[in-house]
Amino acid sequence: MKVHEYQAKEFFVEHGLAVPEGRIATTPEEAEKIAAEIGGTVVVKSQVHVGGRGKAGGVKLADDAAGAKKKAAAILGMDIKGLTVEKVLVTRAVDIADEYYVGIIMDRASKLPVFIVSAAGGMDIEQVAAETPEQILKLAVDPRYGVQAWQLRKLAFAVSTEPAVVKGIMKALSALYDIFMATDASLIEINPLVKTPDNEIWAVDAKLNVDDNALFRQPRIEAMRDLAAEDAAELEAKEAGLSFVKLDGNVGCIVNGAGLAMATMDLVQFFGGKPANFLDIGGSSNPEKVVKAMEIILRDEGVESILFNIFGGITRCDDVARGLLKATETMDVKVPIVVRLTGTNEEEGRAILAGSSLVPATTMDEAVQKALELAGGAK
Amino acid sequence: MSVFINNDTRLIVQGITGRDGGFHAEQMKGYGGAQLVAGVTPGKGGQEHIGVPVFNTMGEAVAETGANASCIFVPPAFAVDAIYEAVSAGVELVVCVTEGVPANDMMAAYRFVQDNGARLIGPNCPGLISPGQAKVGILPAQICREGKVGVVSRSGTLTYEVVDQLTRNGLGQTTCIGIGGDPIVGTNFIDCLEAFEADPETEAVLLIGEIGGDDEEKAAEYIHDKLSIPVVSFIAGRTAPPGKRMGHAGAIVSGGKGTAESKEKAFEAAGVPVAQKPSDLVPLLADLYAPAKAALSQV
Repeated sequence: MKVHEYQAKEFFVEHGLAVPEGRIATTPEEAEKIAAEIGGTVVVKSQVHVGGRGKAGGVKLADDAAGAKKKAAAILGMDIKGLTVEKVLVTRAVDIADEYYVGIIMDRASKLPVFIVSAAGGMDIEQVAAETPEQILKLAVDPRYGVQAWQLRKLAFAVSTEPAVVKGIMKALSALYDIFMATDASLIEINPLVKTPDNEIWAVDAKLNVDDNALFRQPRIEAMRDLAAEDAAELEAKEAGLSFVKLDGNVGCIVNGAGLAMATMDLVQFFGGKPANFLDIGGSSNPEKVVKAMEIILRDEGVESILFNIFGGITRCDDVARGLLKATETMDVKVPIVVRLTGTNEEEGRAILAGSSLVPATTMDEAVQKALELAGGAK
Repeated sequence: MSVFINNDTRLIVQGITGRDGGFHAEQMKGYGGAQLVAGVTPGKGGQEHIGVPVFNTMGEAVAETGANASCIFVPPAFAVDAIYEAVSAGVELVVCVTEGVPANDMMAAYRFVQDNGARLIGPNCPGLISPGQAKVGILPAQICREGKVGVVSRSGTLTYEVVDQLTRNGLGQTTCIGIGGDPIVGTNFIDCLEAFEADPETEAVLLIGEIGGDDEEKAAEYIHDKLSIPVVSFIAGRTAPPGKRMGHAGAIVSGGKGTAESKEKAFEAAGVPVAQKPSDLVPLLADLYAPAKAALSQV
């Protein structure tokens, strides 16, 4: 789950990081008022879950309150990479002498939290990594022992040699690690971490992504979820125990298991079509889940056929077939449905579907080709 | 032969009195030459469940039964503790089926498992099966048959799909391993490839990867450098949009990393054929492995 900059900064402040004063506005008038209270030059920053906000014009400097109102008016409602800006953070501008990148990722390869620091702050770190990897230092921490002072020192000396600055950066990195562990983060970063002309260290930006698997013990993070920023259908599916991602094709896919669901989408594309979605219905043949999955998919008017691809392992195909029949009987479905059932009790399953309007298929290839044909061919 | 589990596997199911644990324990019980020797559910020690004794702790269960493997079906909040308990009790192999385990906890648990010389498979995995010998996890036994092909995959049902195709084409398996769909898992592709290479019975391997991370890229390099047996691969998730988690916690393309394209390129560069669709796997295998060619010609 992604947390907004202003929310992540709450944790920063609590862990003693210096964060410029700022508050959230949803209207230009609010932005004006906050800017007047802060005084002087402010930054108006869009709060959307996407990188590259600055480049997209979603971050602007304003000299005074009237300017902040104007900038907020321009940014609020703006579309940044498909997301509408609903909120802006109005925050005091900090004098910049130097900018650093500091972050921690949950590194899959080493299976450890890994610090990443760079003196090339304020830039896209992936670009820095690709173009000038020598400007980046990475350091893994064993979470059983926590981060050691020498590690913080090594990281800080990689970006500065001024004693006052090194001390400030070490403090910031230590706080960052504590927040990373406390929030079950998969990524935390400050870009840029700013050094002022007086050698003060300020966290000017904040990014925090939290491991979805840990949300059950992170109620505070869960409460920070921005429902407006998430896809309504995806949230609805999640509540029903389904894993769903909307795409823009015409063949709706309902599959048991994430890997098989991806492979099914890929196969639709292989045969020249376009999948309308990813949907993992899980291990159950529960008719309610099938109905919910169909409802979500059919809301998309671009869907011209639905493809069920079910591999009966422990789940029996005859159970799945009964669930499918029950689900489709209760619904008014206008698009053709292709059902591929294979695995345990597949013949019994197919026999159950024999008299219905559901189109049977035996192999994945056959099922996808039939679904494509019924959707009006490859597009 | 087989890898990781065989006729000598003596298994404990942690969470045996739960709905899923009980159901799958019954499926594992009596399969092959391996034995389900006990279950563990704290507070239910002294009872019997599906015909095996239940213990309060792994320590007691191992001491009483001489178990060497465990399979975990406890809820995500308790699964990591179950891993620590199993390893501390001295079992060599721990299979964690549970989905939804926090990665943060897994990072430390992984170290602990390594330091104690145990092997963890999963979490968020279907486990493994050595057809005719042993089954630890939830892989459906009826689609498998004894043979010479090893299967390793990050998926569940996609693994079944592939195993089913092998079996239908007359090709049996030594061991089929689902390593799990989480970003941090106890056993990677390379660990399995190394085991298959060392197993005298395994003559070829099917490797099923998916988007996210770089375990496939590393596996490709390893195959190129170290493997003598043929490997054929498939990668799921070509059509997955970047930044979206595709069901599995680990199946996500982020910052341009972990794409299907990158993995396919790595395999091709390593001389490992990449199937364009799952049904191409067996025909591709037939090009490299004579028994597959012979089997295909008979179907």
